[in-house]
Amino acid sequence: MAQLDIHRLTKRYGEFHAVREVSLSVADGEFLVLLGPSGCGKTTTLRMVAGFIEPTSGHVKLGGGDVTLLPPWKRNAGMVFQSYALFPHLTVAQNVAFGLEMRKLPRSDIDKRVDEALALVRLGGLGARLPRQLSGGQQQRVALARALAIRPDVLLLDEPLSNLDAKLRQEVRVEIRELQRQLGLTTVMVTHDQEEALTMADRLVVMNEGSVHQVGTQRDLYERPADRFVAGFVGRTTFLAGTVEAPGRFRTDGGLGLAIVGDTTGKAALSLRPERLEIASGPLPGLDNDLSGTVEFVSYLGAQIDIHVRLSPADRLVVQTANRAGGFAPEVGQTVHVGWQASAGQVFAD
Amino acid sequence: MIGAVIRRRAGRWALNGAATIGLLYILTPLIFVTWLAFFRQEIPSFPPEGYSLRWFAAILEQPKFVNGFSLSFRVGALATVIGLALGIPAALCISRFQFKLHAPLSSLLLMPLLVPGVVLGTAMYVFHVTLENGLDVDVLGTFYALVAGHVVIVIPWIVRLVTASLAGVDRATEEAAQNLGANAWVTFRRITLPAIRPGIVAGALFGFVTSFGNLEMSLFLVGPGRTTLPIVILQYLEWKIDPTIAAVSVVQILLIAIVMLITDRYVKLARVV
Repeated sequence: MAQLDIHRLTKRYGEFHAVREVSLSVADGEFLVLLGPSGCGKTTTLRMVAGFIEPTSGHVKLGGGDVTLLPPWKRNAGMVFQSYALFPHLTVAQNVAFGLEMRKLPRSDIDKRVDEALALVRLGGLGARLPRQLSGGQQQRVALARALAIRPDVLLLDEPLSNLDAKLRQEVRVEIRELQRQLGLTTVMVTHDQEEALTMADRLVVMNEGSVHQVGTQRDLYERPADRFVAGFVGRTTFLAGTVEAPGRFRTDGGLGLAIVGDTTGKAALSLRPERLEIASGPLPGLDNDLSGTVEFVSYLGAQIDIHVRLSPADRLVVQTANRAGGFAPEVGQTVHVGWQASAGQVFAD
Repeated sequence: MIGAVIRRRAGRWALNGAATIGLLYILTPLIFVTWLAFFRQEIPSFPPEGYSLRWFAAILEQPKFVNGFSLSFRVGALATVIGLALGIPAALCISRFQFKLHAPLSSLLLMPLLVPGVVLGTAMYVFHVTLENGLDVDVLGTFYALVAGHVVIVIPWIVRLVTASLAGVDRATEEAAQNLGANAWVTFRRITLPAIRPGIVAGALFGFVTSFGNLEMSLFLVGPGRTTLPIVILQYLEWKIDPTIAAVSVVQILLIAIVMLITDRYVKLARVV
């Protein structure tokens, strides 16, 4: 395993920037996740690391050496594809052996390492099967074993869980993560699923429209989003449009005056996480903001309840409450109070 | 309730009936030709006066049939091999790359299927004459000129069927191979080729059968003493009608059936055609 460095990597198709000046550093043994909506450039970035796409400019360094201009077969990067891309005419063992044969290892070593790799993903004994005789989850593990058997400098995962059903996905997440830790694999994963990203990553990279918006831990992204995009993409939030009139004072377009933390005046958006808001049938003294509104919509989600509250003709908020026994459970049409501390909100200048 | 059941059954009968009629329509000539080949009398008339194998023996007694058969087989085989060498790269190019002349090129490669054989033959005849005059070498009527002509009608089948099977190849498997250390050629040989093998086999088979049965174009390209089987049959029929021709046809049908059965053992034809 080795360190991966990406320096000002750019891919342009005509006038369109698929990836714009992306610089990232993945430490030895680190699990980095590229997160973003489809078309944000995360897959293009991964494919440039693998060597399938030639960058317009920038560099990729793997284990200290510059691999930017090397073809895929000369880079020691193991990739797991979204479709798994197993060779349909080869058995499971032959699939896993493929990369070792390319490295011209002696047969006895190949057999040994194939067995090891299959044991690692708990598929020992299925080596003689063809891929189509396996379930989706098993195929996924063969793809992983095949990528690991070559002992790659870096493991690349391209939406590896998107073809699994929801329950299996949760198990495989944990499995891959444990394996990655145990083997100390330098790993880059691409996903659009934020829950998947949050559970698996050491660090996350949020991308949009070809650029990196923020790099950080789960907590960094959630508590201190760098910009409005990150705040909206990671976790849930409600934005209230308005203006910072004076340091600490925000006025929504609907005319509500709110206490905030922030000094820069001008047009801005106030981001409020649903679970950081209080809701009650009466006033909420002791909070910096206390507004009354009407419940417009309630979603009962089991462990939690989402309550949509209209504060003014132009302002609506989502409040999330834990579904505790005897907890406050308002009904549509009811008048309620919503409150929060100024520090709970975050202001993004437009 | 009962009405619905009857209607559903009636629908199924109608469908099966239509399928049976279609099948009979295709099989009837084959059945009659085969039957005819075993008639004893010289004039093919009904009812048969008796049965014999004499017409099959008659084929072997006439060298022109044996030679025609041999020539058609060699031309077809060689044209197919050359067609594969040209058609597989062409199919790869068409299905893998986008370029300016993409659409015209792919139409051009399928064109010989649409152009009438007579037109194709005339064009090639003129071309061969021009070539012969220009280069001062024998072209017209030579074995290789005949093969070259047949390559043209073999290529569309190979290109079509290989292109179709390439469309079903998951490109990610090729990328996976490269990711595991296989260069472009090894990737093609170890991953792409096995995946498109059914298309290649089917293309070669259809190409060969097309070449073997071609009459119109070959008429323009054969030379003295070098006649393909379909032309031998035509020439024979100009003078005589007896069950020899039926026997020849039966041999031809059997040959093609055997080729298909052998192929089917390796590649399920129902899956590619």
